[in-house]
Amino acid sequence: MAELHLNGVRKVYAGGVEAIRGVDLEAEDGEFVVIVGPSGCGKSTLLRMVAGLERTSEGEIRIGERVVNDLEPAQRDIAMVFQNYALYPHMSVFRNMAYGLNNQGRPKEEILERVQRAARMLQLEGLLERKPRQLSGGQRQRVAMGRALVRDPKVFLFDEPLSNLDAKLRVQMRVEIKALQRGLGTTAMYVTHDQVEAMTLADRLVVMNGGVAEQIGRPLDIYQRPATRFVAGFIGSPSMNFLTAAVAADGRSLELPGELRVPLSARAGPTAGRQVTVGVRPEHLHLSPGSGPRLTLSVGLIELLGAETVVYGHPAGHEEAVTLRVQGVPEVTEGQDLELGLDPAHVHLFDARTGRSLSHPDDGGAV
Amino acid sequence: MVENRRWLNLLTHAVLLLGLAVVALPLWMTFVASTLGPGELINPPIPLLPGSHLLANYGEALSSGMARAGGVPVGTMLFNSLVMALGIAVGKIAISVISAYAIVYFRFPFRMTVFWLIFVTLMLPVEVRIVPTFQVVSSLGMLNSYAGLTIPLIASATATFLFRQFFLTVPDEYLEAARIDGAGPIRFFRDILLPLSRTNMAALFVILFIYGWNQYLWPLIVTTDEHLYTIVMGIKGMVTVSDEEPNWPIVMATSMLAMLPPVAVVIAMQRLFVKGLVDTEK
Repeated sequence: MAELHLNGVRKVYAGGVEAIRGVDLEAEDGEFVVIVGPSGCGKSTLLRMVAGLERTSEGEIRIGERVVNDLEPAQRDIAMVFQNYALYPHMSVFRNMAYGLNNQGRPKEEILERVQRAARMLQLEGLLERKPRQLSGGQRQRVAMGRALVRDPKVFLFDEPLSNLDAKLRVQMRVEIKALQRGLGTTAMYVTHDQVEAMTLADRLVVMNGGVAEQIGRPLDIYQRPATRFVAGFIGSPSMNFLTAAVAADGRSLELPGELRVPLSARAGPTAGRQVTVGVRPEHLHLSPGSGPRLTLSVGLIELLGAETVVYGHPAGHEEAVTLRVQGVPEVTEGQDLELGLDPAHVHLFDARTGRSLSHPDDGGAV
Repeated sequence: MVENRRWLNLLTHAVLLLGLAVVALPLWMTFVASTLGPGELINPPIPLLPGSHLLANYGEALSSGMARAGGVPVGTMLFNSLVMALGIAVGKIAISVISAYAIVYFRFPFRMTVFWLIFVTLMLPVEVRIVPTFQVVSSLGMLNSYAGLTIPLIASATATFLFRQFFLTVPDEYLEAARIDGAGPIRFFRDILLPLSRTNMAALFVILFIYGWNQYLWPLIVTTDEHLYTIVMGIKGMVTVSDEEPNWPIVMATSMLAMLPPVAVVIAMQRLFVKGLVDTEK
């Protein structure tokens, strides 16, 4: 058990490509940190640097009190679960789990006891003599977890461990991983591109883009107060609607095409005439407009999911498509014009040029 | 391509039987000849059915076959061939698996140069480099020894190349998992890479054993002591006797005996051999 500190960590490859451009991150003891981002954003590289599989070009990685930059993976007291599990195909489940302990030169009885305890926790007891190829995907996933568990490490590292499972199993394993990590109280770092996994698992969420941590915070804070347009668009599903707008001459409201005006609250103070991007989440548009601003939407596609309905359409006078998410099954048909209410309290403003949030300028990642 | 037509079935079977006959007839003739009495083979027509001297001929071949021609018994030559074939097969696999490991998993200066140097030697089989190799072996005093028979044939580009190709297909994640599990280079090699290469090694062993067993020119050159003669050389020696007709039934019996070890190796390792050539166990 230990804290995990990353301090100005950078990774520059031999060819000069900068994969990680300075990340600062602190995880408290027992915290579950999830790194989420699109492919190629450097999230796996960052995890592999913590594991010691990639060299750190600059900055400092600390696990507990130790700076681990120059330590071999085995000396860092970490355990990693790989995306493809990387179980040794010629070894039985037992030997797969025991291999790391064997290499540490632990006594036989201790290895046996630890593997059996991990097997009990993961319901693998009957499978210890099997070879990996005789196991189902979910069982392999458990063995990979077991291999990490028996080492009793200071930090668990997960590299998209659920992406090879089918949807149902993924949800089940997600819950199990969280319960297991809670129960053990071990610090964990988890990489995923799935934002549902990210939101549900994380105590602390890191949204990465282009080798930079765009925002670090509690999942709900990130959802409610995204620091950049990228974060706003990446977290939440369906993703946030963005409309271009300009601040009116009086600086008190926003002018959107289609005669739409949204009053500006006092907290944000962009200067008059400035180009901004307005962000509204699909769940914050509603079908029964009150006295507030309205948006007219000509309905395109409708997705009926049962519990909720997703409506896609084009607002009058706008280039951008708009998505609307409502509970239950509303009375909507394709081609119809819908009057939508827009709650000014749920409107996010972003600088059209830099993408930085104007509504929550204080939050933000370590950019 | 799966068609069920009567005449097509007949045709395919006929083709296969013809192929089988082409391959099997010489073997059958060898066997028949090895069971005949001394003069029977020379007089036409050549018999197509086994004779009655089977035990006598094989007994003579094993105990005193070449002795009459002034040489050593077949047993000794079989043993020499076995030592040579095993030495070459095991030696080649051991050397090339290690060099392939070095080339694939370690970053050292001139790594690719080394690889290409090895690769280029693919173009230099034993026969091409036989004179300089003989010079070296002779100055090292290895003539007329098992070392002289095997060592010069052990260096192998082919096997190194094959192992390299196989190692490249082994997912990197195994190496990474092993590193996290605290396995150093030697442990990773021994505990993970070697077991994964098992089928490839078996397939190579079969091929290299037969290659070693069939060596003719090299043993002929480095051995002058008849106690180190190999069976392939021995058969040739039995045919070129002076002043008398070669004793064909004994020669044929010796040939049959010479064929047995490679056949045994193929049969014993057949399952692994096919697996190693066909599927990649990952």
